[in-house]
Amino acid sequence: MNEKKGAPDAKLTKHRRFHLNYPWLSAAVPLVVLVVGLSIAHPRFLTQSNVTSILLQAAVYVIMALGMSFVLMTGGIDLSQGSLLALVGVVAADLLQRTNSIPLAIIASILVGAAVGAANGLVVSCLKIPPFIMTLSTMYLCRGLTLVITQATPITVQNTSFKWIGGGSVLGIPVPVIIFLIAAAVGQFILSYTATGRYILAVGSNREAARLSGVKTRWNECKVYIISGVMVAIAGIVYVARLGAAQATAGETYEMEAVAASVLGGTSVLGGEGGIIGTVMGAIVVAIIRNAIVLLNVSTYYQQMITGAVILVAVIIDVQRKARVAKQVD
Amino acid sequence: MSDDILRFENVSKTFPGVKALKDVSFSIRRGDVHVLLGENGAGKSTLIKILTGVYQADEGGAIYLNNTPVKIHDTLQSRSLGIGTVFQENSLIPHLNVAENVFLTRELRSKSGAVDWNRTYQECERWIRELGVDHINPRTQVRRLSVADQQIVEIVKVFSQNPSIVILDEPTSALSDNEIDNLFRIIETLKAKGVTFIYVSHRMEEIKRIGDRATIFRDGAVTGEIEDCKTADMDQVINMIVGRTLEEKFPHRESHIGDVLLDVRDLQVPNTIYDISFQVRKGEVLGFSGLVGSGRTSTAKAIVGAIQRTAGEIWIGGEKVKITSPSEAIEHGIGYLPEDRKTEGLILSKSVKENISLPSLLKKFRRGIVLDGRKERAAAEEYREKLRIKTPSINRLVNFLSGGNQQKVVFAKWLCSEANIYIFDEPTRGIDVGAKSEIYQIINDLVSQGAAVIVISSELPEILGICDRIIVMRDGRITADLDRADATQELIMSYSI
Repeated sequence: MNEKKGAPDAKLTKHRRFHLNYPWLSAAVPLVVLVVGLSIAHPRFLTQSNVTSILLQAAVYVIMALGMSFVLMTGGIDLSQGSLLALVGVVAADLLQRTNSIPLAIIASILVGAAVGAANGLVVSCLKIPPFIMTLSTMYLCRGLTLVITQATPITVQNTSFKWIGGGSVLGIPVPVIIFLIAAAVGQFILSYTATGRYILAVGSNREAARLSGVKTRWNECKVYIISGVMVAIAGIVYVARLGAAQATAGETYEMEAVAASVLGGTSVLGGEGGIIGTVMGAIVVAIIRNAIVLLNVSTYYQQMITGAVILVAVIIDVQRKARVAKQVD
Repeated sequence: MSDDILRFENVSKTFPGVKALKDVSFSIRRGDVHVLLGENGAGKSTLIKILTGVYQADEGGAIYLNNTPVKIHDTLQSRSLGIGTVFQENSLIPHLNVAENVFLTRELRSKSGAVDWNRTYQECERWIRELGVDHINPRTQVRRLSVADQQIVEIVKVFSQNPSIVILDEPTSALSDNEIDNLFRIIETLKAKGVTFIYVSHRMEEIKRIGDRATIFRDGAVTGEIEDCKTADMDQVINMIVGRTLEEKFPHRESHIGDVLLDVRDLQVPNTIYDISFQVRKGEVLGFSGLVGSGRTSTAKAIVGAIQRTAGEIWIGGEKVKITSPSEAIEHGIGYLPEDRKTEGLILSKSVKENISLPSLLKKFRRGIVLDGRKERAAAEEYREKLRIKTPSINRLVNFLSGGNQQKVVFAKWLCSEANIYIFDEPTRGIDVGAKSEIYQIINDLVSQGAAVIVISSELPEILGICDRIIVMRDGRITADLDRADATQELIMSYSI
């Protein structure tokens, strides 16, 4: 009933396109509501220093969530993100302490991230182990390894140039924000302008059809875990540089914040759908909630409840909206 | 009072922007096999969805069941009115066994409230027997059954609820000829027990065999009635369906057969296909006939590397090539159109454009590492026009196209990949007459440009109508290699069974 020509159809298409082509709408709504609501509720919310601190806080989430979004787009999940963040941080801090070489620390961190990602990807794609199980294992493995290396003692970073990555700014823009913007731009580029982006979405939507169309499904599935690992490594560097220390407990449950940001941003946990802008907005929403709790002097015990409620409401609204749009064309 | 079990009076259904049914009026006689005919999108499915309670009809019309007006609000109500439906896509749960599926949500319980398995299996067995079937065990997991047997289970499930009307929506689209015979026997058995059937199909030959009366739909309206299918003039029927004369069902083609392009030697997949060797030449259409499960699809998939073969060589244009995955097959110019367009052929949640370009992204639509969006759009537009894909835009999700147009998108995808060897697995399954003949034309154009085409089809007239040569398979082996001049339906069948 849907191949009728003419004006009514064009109208429908336009309507649907607006809803379906902008998955980030689901994050935009809570973002706007929060920003408007909080700027009314608290005069200091929209000050430059507060916005900066929100964005600083968001940086680590955004970078990790970008990686998570790619994994989710294939229908997978990467639970090892939080632990990997700690491991990478320890590797970077340890190398800085020993060699004081920033390039070495950065390169080694990224390699560690990529290696863990590749391990996740290879096992998931070639051995057909469910992503949830595989990354659950690496989650424990990474956390355990971090504890063994550090013996649970934090490693401090003295190198001030390295700390600039977390605390410096260029033209008034904090370096972590610049890094997350670059990461988002690269993510958007991969997703929209390369064959890899298409393949990732194709694998997530219909693996068999993608495979029969010549998509190297295993390799592309592997790629997303590597992307995730590298993103986590970058996030880990920013994290350590900002705190000036690496500790074994860093990044606990951050993988869940990354899933939350992605889902808020319209990425489907079933795969095949997702966007970069949405993920960035989703991560900022998560950061705003954290900030608002402090700002409004609410007990931090409420923070998780509020985050949960915002995600739930946003996703319910989004799912219903999509269902409504889909119904109209059925 | 007539003996009409069901009567429609001015039934309409409007969707935003589309009138799917326009004042449809007709009646169905008790005990008939009443056929609904029409192209995809003609309104048959909408009507059935109204009967099954998926959609509600617009105000103004009326449906009479046994001369009493009824309003059907949901599927449960439809079932309680005695309307049973065997859906086109089967609704069984693969990991449950036959009896569990048949009695799903109607579990037979003992006094203690636990499921009474003994009685469940006995009852299930009884219903299966009632259909005159004896080879299905109620304890078999459904996923281990053939498609045809799954469909029989589906019929058992519907029939065990004592329906007075059974809707069969394209029941034969996945069946081979003797499975169809089997199905028709079951229909006759149930008909003798007083069940009325509503039968939706695209296949003309079947309608003659099984149908009593027929109603023809076009663009949401009834355009004709046939009083007796057995004596109906099929050309006239086709006219009523498409609203235009089809010059020929199978467009004519001059064969210009050249050198051997694809040479398959001793292909082997354990427990599936054995010693498959054959050649296809430039400009040749080679048909693969055989029953469902005879190994035709496995042969195709083994050639393109979609399933692992344990032995066998593939030579293209006189050179031995290594193909272990579909992506390598594409590099060597082989395009494989799978049998199930929805699960294998297309990514339904992506646009027409993205589907068309998918196999060729690396080969044709790349500048450095960046996708060439303009070139991709241009190519999609080109094929949309060439194959007359009816879609308001190349950005429309494939999900929203009709079956025939979806299939054209799959064709476009492979044409765009510029393959020179094509394997079409059931290329016209479940699509309407008009789209079929357009697809035959596409195949003709391909071979006239020097491609080699393999067509796997369960429809014998189709195989005989478009192929130059016909290979028949049975139980994973090639049993015959026939020239078209020598082939007849009877001969092919004799090699198939």
